[in-house]
Amino acid sequence: MKRIVNRGLVSGLALSAALFAGAAWAKDDITIAMQLEPPHLDPTSAAAQAIDSVVYVNIFEGLTRFMGDGSIVPALAESWEISDDGTVYTFKLHEGVTFHDGSAMDAEDVKFSLDRARAEDSANAQKALFAGIDSVDVVDPLTVKVTLKEPNGNFLFNMAWGDAVIVAPESIENIKTAPVGTGPYTLGEWVQGDKIVLNRNPGYWGAEPALEQATFKFISDPTAAFAAMMAEDVDVFTGFPAPENLPQFEADPRFQVLVGSTEGETILSTNNKQPPFDNIKVRQAMAHAIDRQAIIDGAMFGYGTPIGTHFAPHNPAYVDLTGNSAYDPDKAKALLAEAGFPDGFETTLHLPPPSYARRGGEIIAAQLAAVGIKAEITNVEWAQWLETVFKGKNFGLTIVSHTEPMDIGIYARPDYYFQYDNPAFQELMTTLNSTTDPDKRTELMQQAQRMISDDYVNGYLFQLAALSVAKAGVQGLWANAPTAATDLSAISWSE
Amino acid sequence: MLRYSLKRALSLLISLAVASLVIFAVIEIAPGDPASFMLGVNAQPDTLAALRTELGLDQSKAERYVSWITGMLRGDFGTSYTYRTPVSQMIADRMWVSLPLALYALALSTAIAFPAGIYAASRRGKVGDLTVMSATQLGVAIPNFWFAMMLVLVFAINLRWFNAGGFSGWDKGLVAGLHSLTLPAIALALPQAAILARVMRSALLDILGEDFMRTARAKGLSRRQALWRHGLRNALIPVLTIIGLQFSFLLAGSIIIEQVFYLPGLGRLVFQSISSRDLIVVESVVMLLVFAVITVNFLVDLAYAAVDPRLRSRT
Repeated sequence: MKRIVNRGLVSGLALSAALFAGAAWAKDDITIAMQLEPPHLDPTSAAAQAIDSVVYVNIFEGLTRFMGDGSIVPALAESWEISDDGTVYTFKLHEGVTFHDGSAMDAEDVKFSLDRARAEDSANAQKALFAGIDSVDVVDPLTVKVTLKEPNGNFLFNMAWGDAVIVAPESIENIKTAPVGTGPYTLGEWVQGDKIVLNRNPGYWGAEPALEQATFKFISDPTAAFAAMMAEDVDVFTGFPAPENLPQFEADPRFQVLVGSTEGETILSTNNKQPPFDNIKVRQAMAHAIDRQAIIDGAMFGYGTPIGTHFAPHNPAYVDLTGNSAYDPDKAKALLAEAGFPDGFETTLHLPPPSYARRGGEIIAAQLAAVGIKAEITNVEWAQWLETVFKGKNFGLTIVSHTEPMDIGIYARPDYYFQYDNPAFQELMTTLNSTTDPDKRTELMQQAQRMISDDYVNGYLFQLAALSVAKAGVQGLWANAPTAATDLSAISWSE
Repeated sequence: MLRYSLKRALSLLISLAVASLVIFAVIEIAPGDPASFMLGVNAQPDTLAALRTELGLDQSKAERYVSWITGMLRGDFGTSYTYRTPVSQMIADRMWVSLPLALYALALSTAIAFPAGIYAASRRGKVGDLTVMSATQLGVAIPNFWFAMMLVLVFAINLRWFNAGGFSGWDKGLVAGLHSLTLPAIALALPQAAILARVMRSALLDILGEDFMRTARAKGLSRRQALWRHGLRNALIPVLTIIGLQFSFLLAGSIIIEQVFYLPGLGRLVFQSISSRDLIVVESVVMLLVFAVITVNFLVDLAYAAVDPRLRSRT
């Protein structure tokens, strides 16, 4: 579309003939569809997950990186040493790494990237990841020393985020449309509104990936997503938006369905400062009024894992606390009466666009109505949700999936939209952040999970499932989504 | 003719000025802030403030309206908040999908409606007329997105004649481009063709009862000859009105069809921009569509005058 129609019929036919001929050789290209198009391609200045889904570990790499199983492994940093007091990280960088523009990636670039992210005028959407950094010093071209203000057990994890990738200083001006990274793929073409093409980077420092080219297509309508997959226009659909159609793909030998977990805790967020939700008995009553399995079956067609706290079930430190808020409408009614609402009360329920919220909301409203709580549903767009619910805190209830990994820390922020203000929890988080011993950390995280579960801060519903559909011959796709990513290097075709 | 055209042109300018105010006001009062949409839930206040300044969102609404209008008069539509590319560039890119799609659909719809309407009128009350009219009734009643899904099911999923959606790009050749626009064009065209055929039929039937048609028959022309030589030209006025309206509709109203076929057109751009509160893009695209609709109507007005000389002096 960027180019104007100037070639005629003949070249069109020649081109399609060439395409047909190409299909006879081993397949080394792939078309991957997803719902949302990235607004631009700079993961360090926006929250949109769609950006990471295209560029993370394909175009851009960080010091460390996520693997498909959620583990953190070295990436541009070959190894590191941590000082005894846990405040100084000395990273040894890989030798011979170059950016896509041919310039060498060295300690200066690391210093530049980290300083840029934590600068005063930084537009980084996850600036908090870098808040603990006191200074970044270049020791030699392949060694960089990061000094923290205090020990941070999460530091290597933080450095794996897409918001912490290493960028080339000279590319910043045009990074949003012409990203220059160190990854195994370079940006080929971006036809806005339609597709992004990535090509294999011949100068990549690591192992050469199997695929020569990958095309990302953006299909937001669930029906269109189903049709595109069925007509085999696309090879893979990650984050498939129509769970009701998955059994059809499962039954079809041309396709495979991947069901994994995400970092998305889907919760019935409750405004803890708004009466009557400031009364713990009311929140507890709501927790017992909710039948999680009915919501998972009705809204997600059975895909999703029940949770009883704000923590991912696949995390080794997870504690199953669903029993704490088991479905018991009678108990809910009794608790409401105890709290002074024998006839229930009226409130609002704001539902953002995803189907987990819209469909789940209808079911929850019905379940709450059964114990006397009348929730008036308001459907909102994301921009509206951010304005009224998140920023304005003008809501009673809302349903949202919190997709950031390891985000239990939001409960330590009293001004966060659900307004949970518990000094004991805040202290617990401070202790956790400065603890580096793994066993001690696990214990603290479990304590935190129990505390918010016992306080019934929010209604804990289920962990959002990662749903993908792919052609049968595609292998190496991530089933789980520990972070938004499409790790192209791991993907290949069988046969 | 000149006086008539000038009067029409003046009303066009007034309509545009009023439209720009209404569009700006309506879009600006929608709740939602583009900066918080872009930075998400973990954004810190100083980061948000920095971005708002960068985007010029810290200016007053009046200032932004003036800079939007003056920019547009110079042909500068501004820069998209989220995509950070010039809006005019984005619109031009999307135009290469939306405009050919609208023209394609319009051509299809006229190609179906004219013969169908003329046939039905010439067979008034007979089986042929009844068949065509029931078919158009169905065509008007069927929602185009549903029809689009049926087309995909049959021609893309089962027969594999077409892709389920997407646009090949004109650089793959004219044939490939038209091929990928065929299903969407049919989905858009059929309901329009049904309406147009009905209008064509009733316009012709009205004309057939006119005195000059009786005169033509009296002069010895056959029913068919009279219809072709005198009826058709006179029936064109209401038909032109509908075609003008339909073209505007096809250009601006293909949002749903572009979603169903995931085409990178203007409709989809508006859709995406509204949800990300990319206000500058929404305002500019809507303004452009209003401009297109008003201009098409202006041209239709001029076309009336060309078809019917009486209109030139009447106003």
